[in-house]
Amino acid sequence: MSKGLEVVDLHVNVHGKKVLKGVTLNVGYGTIHAIMGPNGSGKSTLAYTIMGREGYEVERGDIRLDGESILDLPTEERALKGLFMALQDPPQIPGVRLTTLMIAALNKRQGSSDLTRVRDPKIVRRMYSLAEELGLSRDLLQREINVGFSGGEKKRSELLQALILEPRIIILDEPDSGLDVDGVRKVSEYLVNLKEQGRGVMLITHYARMFKYVKPDMVTVLIDGRVAVQGGPELADLVEERGYAYIRRRYVEGKDSTI
Amino acid sequence: MAEQAVKIREDILKGADSPEILGWLDKPPRAEVELKGKITRSLVEEISRIKKEPDWMRRLRLRSLELFYKLPMPRWLTGIEEIDLDALSHYVKPEAEFTQDWEDLPDYMRKYYEKLGLPELEAKFLSGLVAVYDSETVYARMKEYLKKKGVIVLPLEEAVQKYPDLVKKYFLKVFPPADHKFAALHGALWSGGTFIYVPPGVKVREPIESFFLIGRQGEGQFEHSLIVADEGSYVHWIEGCSAPRFVGYSFHNGMVEAYAHKNATIKITTIQNWSRNVINFNNKRGIAEEGARIDWVEGSIGSKMTYVYPSTILKGPYSSTRSVVVTLSKGPYLKDSGSKVIHVAPHTRSKIINKSISADGGVNVYRGIVRILKGAKNASAHVECDSLILDGKSKAHTFPHNQVDEPTAYVSHEAKTGRLSEQQLFYLTSRGLTDDEAKSLIVLGFLDEIMGELPVEYANVLHKVIQLEFSELGAVG
Ligand SMILES: Nc1ncnc2c1ncn2[C@@H]1O[C@H](COP(=O)(O)OP(=O)(O)OP(=O)(O)O)[C@@H](O)[C@H]1O
Ligand SMILES: [Mg+2]
Repeated sequence: MSKGLEVVDLHVNVHGKKVLKGVTLNVGYGTIHAIMGPNGSGKSTLAYTIMGREGYEVERGDIRLDGESILDLPTEERALKGLFMALQDPPQIPGVRLTTLMIAALNKRQGSSDLTRVRDPKIVRRMYSLAEELGLSRDLLQREINVGFSGGEKKRSELLQALILEPRIIILDEPDSGLDVDGVRKVSEYLVNLKEQGRGVMLITHYARMFKYVKPDMVTVLIDGRVAVQGGPELADLVEERGYAYIRRRYVEGKDSTI
Repeated sequence: MAEQAVKIREDILKGADSPEILGWLDKPPRAEVELKGKITRSLVEEISRIKKEPDWMRRLRLRSLELFYKLPMPRWLTGIEEIDLDALSHYVKPEAEFTQDWEDLPDYMRKYYEKLGLPELEAKFLSGLVAVYDSETVYARMKEYLKKKGVIVLPLEEAVQKYPDLVKKYFLKVFPPADHKFAALHGALWSGGTFIYVPPGVKVREPIESFFLIGRQGEGQFEHSLIVADEGSYVHWIEGCSAPRFVGYSFHNGMVEAYAHKNATIKITTIQNWSRNVINFNNKRGIAEEGARIDWVEGSIGSKMTYVYPSTILKGPYSSTRSVVVTLSKGPYLKDSGSKVIHVAPHTRSKIINKSISADGGVNVYRGIVRILKGAKNASAHVECDSLILDGKSKAHTFPHNQVDEPTAYVSHEAKTGRLSEQQLFYLTSRGLTDDEAKSLIVLGFLDEIMGELPVEYANVLHKVIQLEFSELGAVG
């Protein structure tokens, strides 16, 4: 049995449109797997499909966690099994405070029936101190989720939730876009921490700029819903230097999928 | 303290359908009198005779009956055609004499109330409690110190006998039976209910509660509550209700009349959680004299269909009202609601907040009315009407109506409709919450801003009920 997240020959239709056309990759515990690719190549689709979002229909292939298929599980059960996704552009949730959601999610994990009750004041203190470390103001925790959050605040809030919920596999969909330089460094530090704690990290990004601070163990480049090439961190440098058009010519059209 | 009261109320909400209770009610205890069938003059006279009413009350009933025959079916009612009035039991007198001691009640009845936790609630948190079972008030009591101050808490029937002049002054005067067909029907068939009178200057600290229980199917319940607060007094009245899940439907057509004299305050709080086969029709109206205030809080959760429009006539200058109505239609149910205010005098103020939640095919209709009559100088009214729709199958309709005939008056109106999107739902479920749990967070968030305006205990109960509605235990009845 293999440990961690496995995506096997995944074909996905999104609302009737063929988007993923055979994607295979692994995210092992204690590793960071970077997913790169041009706009529209299917990176977010891959993440949503792993989380079981409605409308993301798996036509072929499998998604497994620790060797067991999770395809039949609804989104919340995938989350309870230890998957977490930080969204590229998380929606506003009017009326629901950020703390309320985190408390509810924690209560759920602890099997409490009253989702809104704070059972341990320590956890609220932890939210505040983590928020501060991430550069989020205290009042933001009490605000309605993503309502009026700046781009950078949204990214930090997504990471904060991941840190509080302690998932085994964390998928970050472009956690660096919209972040300032300090933010990119900060988020990177946490990703390294998560890896060192033995969690698996799937890091979706366009740019290699994060890799200055976090070295991925593995890089996969998606093009047109297929894995164009997989390799080590040097692949990221190649993307950075030559661009996706080069990758496409060399690996997709040249039918070469190793470096 | 308050925490415990919330716990009891939560038990009341869950307890109404406990297997134990359903077991008892499987074979409903024999009624002493049960009058069913066509609504005729002799039926109405029979009710009056059983109650040994004075002639004025008998005549009032018969006049109401005439109006009932004459008045057309209200056009704005939808779904009411399901009721076959002639098939109902219009009067069900349980085998129990009115008492001021729980111990005197028949066994099954006492057990039922104990299971619901009412005696404990009364002892610890209330100034008085009135229990209406089927068509009669079986229990009413208030704290000793209130008696000494001249407060009256009685079954309305008792008050008709003991304080006829007091009752006559208000009864069916705040809400005339000529208003519409169902008000007239209520006037003819009313039975059971509460009379509260608070003398000048007396402030009743803890609330007084009336608890209505429908103990069988095919029953019409027509209880009447009359609350009179004399000059400068204060009272908070709570309406609670319960009906176990029966196969057939029941029809509730109650009435609340409230009269706040000069500088008096009346607060009325309703927690409506009838089971899913009760058709719940309400007639609620208050009149506020100079400087008086009437506040309504209505949490309408249960029932198959509910029609409720808490209304206030601001008759005296500087009188005011605030009406907060929260309706939840989750499942194939209807809530037709809307607060109404008529500003008659100058410097009157009103605030209406209506929040509706529609889920799983539920429908909410809002029909609020604000009328400002000519001469109500500097009157001001504020209406807030928010709808939350949780899925594509559910609906919310709003028909607000403002009529302002006074140029110095000020009316503001805000309306919002929010829909839960697939993306929002995905986001919340991706944190480990089920669809329903996610929705309950959204709903609680939607109600968050008004929770602060509600009595603390009531806010807590509402919070619990919403969670319960969106949990697997789910749903009343
Ligand atoms: N709901 C949808 N209906 C139809 N097509 C969709 C839908 N969602 C995504 N797609 C299409 O699927 C393709 C992949 O989209 P996806 O969002 O996965 O790309 P991405 O790699 O994350 O791009 P970016 O880098 O811009 O975030 C795009 O062509 C997109 O238009
Ligand atoms: Mg994307």
